[in-house]
Amino acid sequence: MKRTISILVENHAGVLSRISGLFSRRGFNIDSLAVGVTDDPSISRITIVADGNEYTLEQLEKQLNKLIEVIKVKTLSKDELLARELMLVKLSATPEKRSEITTIVDVMGAKIIDLSLTTMTLEISNTNFHLARFEELIKPYGIIEMVRTGTIAIQKGADSISIKK
Amino acid sequence: MKAAEAMVKYLEQEGIKVVFGYPGAAVCPFYDFLSKSNIRHILVRHEQHAGHEANGYARITNKPAVCIATSGPGAINLITAIATAYADSVPMVIITGQVSREQIGRDVFQEADVIGAAEPFVKHSFLVKDVQSLPDVFKKAFYLAGTGRKGPVLIDVPIDIQEAEIEYSYPETVSMRAYKPSSKGNSLQVKRVAAAIAESKKPLICVGGGIIAADACEEVYALAEKADIPIVTTMMGKGAISGYDERCFGMLGMHGVSSANKAVTDCDLLILIGARVGDRAVRSPVFLAKTTKIIHIDIDPAEIGKNITVDIPLVGDSKIILNQLLEVVEEKTHIEWIEHLRTFRKTPSFTQAETGYINPKEFISKLSDAAGENTIYVADVGQNQIWSSNFFRVKKGRFLTSGGMGTMGYSVPCAIGAKLASEDSNVIAVCGDGAFQMSMMELATIKQHNIPIKIVVMTNKRLGMVRELQTKLYEDNQVAVSLEGSPDFIKIAKAYDIPAFRVTNMETAQEAIDKLVRNDGEPLLVECMVSPLESTL
Repeated sequence: MKRTISILVENHAGVLSRISGLFSRRGFNIDSLAVGVTDDPSISRITIVADGNEYTLEQLEKQLNKLIEVIKVKTLSKDELLARELMLVKLSATPEKRSEITTIVDVMGAKIIDLSLTTMTLEISNTNFHLARFEELIKPYGIIEMVRTGTIAIQKGADSISIKK
Repeated sequence: MKAAEAMVKYLEQEGIKVVFGYPGAAVCPFYDFLSKSNIRHILVRHEQHAGHEANGYARITNKPAVCIATSGPGAINLITAIATAYADSVPMVIITGQVSREQIGRDVFQEADVIGAAEPFVKHSFLVKDVQSLPDVFKKAFYLAGTGRKGPVLIDVPIDIQEAEIEYSYPETVSMRAYKPSSKGNSLQVKRVAAAIAESKKPLICVGGGIIAADACEEVYALAEKADIPIVTTMMGKGAISGYDERCFGMLGMHGVSSANKAVTDCDLLILIGARVGDRAVRSPVFLAKTTKIIHIDIDPAEIGKNITVDIPLVGDSKIILNQLLEVVEEKTHIEWIEHLRTFRKTPSFTQAETGYINPKEFISKLSDAAGENTIYVADVGQNQIWSSNFFRVKKGRFLTSGGMGTMGYSVPCAIGAKLASEDSNVIAVCGDGAFQMSMMELATIKQHNIPIKIVVMTNKRLGMVRELQTKLYEDNQVAVSLEGSPDFIKIAKAYDIPAFRVTNMETAQEAIDKLVRNDGEPLLVECMVSPLESTL
């Protein structure tokens, strides 16, 4: 079962290594990991998509909470989260293919961010599932290079994961 | 003042009287000022033992103890001791020197990433990069090591930080938003526990090392008395209740006694307190949880549900929780249940060893009976650990051993630390000839600093426990377990000017025991000759 876990941590050097170390040490598998600073510069937010059964995920949450620099851990259920991933892709595209590709870009909600005589560079931000479909559609044109971030997620509605000031 | 001087003052502020260490270039500024303080420095003969000595000291004082090493190999030599302390939740603050900040990451002489290397085995660690953070780092290190689930905390201090100027100040309090150890138990859960005890016909308390760490031995006994509950212990919990007490049914587990294991199988309610249900303690937790109602009281929420499915979890400091429970639990008696357990108690009978050898179990049993009330007994690892666990019964003293990590060579250095923490107690380290050769060099530390501990070496010229495993599971293919080539330990001790003699029969054994139990300010080494065929159980 895949779960999305949001972790608020002290924005210190070495925190990420403690967290990734914990995952490998305890045998938890990470699908994706994304980290960035929050509106409070002393706090970073890490989003991890991990795979595991109920027991593993409960242990994972508890072990994360034991780390001194972890402020808050929350596992988000599928129904309550808005998740996004960013993909940048460089596609082989001669001038005659450009319009076909542009149609796909429009329909899928992507953007063209760079052009050369032989390539097009595209940007898309959406769910992991949507990105997989997009990849499928553009693959026949020839992917030269592809970069993806890990998933980041936020709760729907007014709920938030933050610490009381 | 120099930061190195401030570091010494922080230790003084924390009430540190003794530190254990081994100097080197990267930690010299700190040593320079350490020598000018009243803190006693114990020079060890290997950094690992500085860690084990601090471990023994900490387990007796129940406060963080300090060990020191230099950068690179010095720091890395501490890792086993850090892991040992971590596995047994022993509070320690480890100070290591590091190469100067601008050299970090360039693979300079004696540079090692000890923070990275020790990461899996520390409660927390600090690499000091800003001299102004130093007072805060020290305060936090001691606070973290000694509160909540205790454990080792590492401070890595680059040499240029030690040399830097700092204005002296030391914070009185510490606040960390992400670290709030739980203390009081949830009152609803406390009531549920009380109700479960009221309902139970065959309750059993299992105490682990957490009870000793929480200083809750009296409270757990009071609860056991009030609701008339028998007690078993884990290896780490040994000594939380006197082994001579009628309520104590011994140590459970793979190497435990039958009365304790029978109690665990037959009870209808198992109250685990400060015990993490390790694999050597409870072999099939899944099966046990199916037939028995389980209450788990622990300060570490991550321990609950980790190794056994729990019916009633209760997180918090066990001393506080037990006091909460004492208020609500009703008086009861379980005469039949306790009578039933008594039938499984065996009076040990010892077989006569072959000529030239003694029966180690009988020796330890006799040593136990003769030992003074406050004796601190340190068991090493291997067959001797199990003989000790099953035949040494603590009175009012302590039983120390490397329970979680099973670190060979732990007993002698641990005993040194324990002795320094409690000079009025007689401290006896018992090890095999394998483990002794891992820490034999500490005889020099004993001599140099005049630390009068008693050492028993059980010589069977084998790594006995591994030998037994090979006999049972590998068709007696004994591989790399012979210790032929070992020196004459009596001569070794005498080379250090430490009195020593050898025991080869029960008559001389009695003489040895009489000397071992005497807290006479003299170190002593007794070598007991044990048959290579001697079994663990």
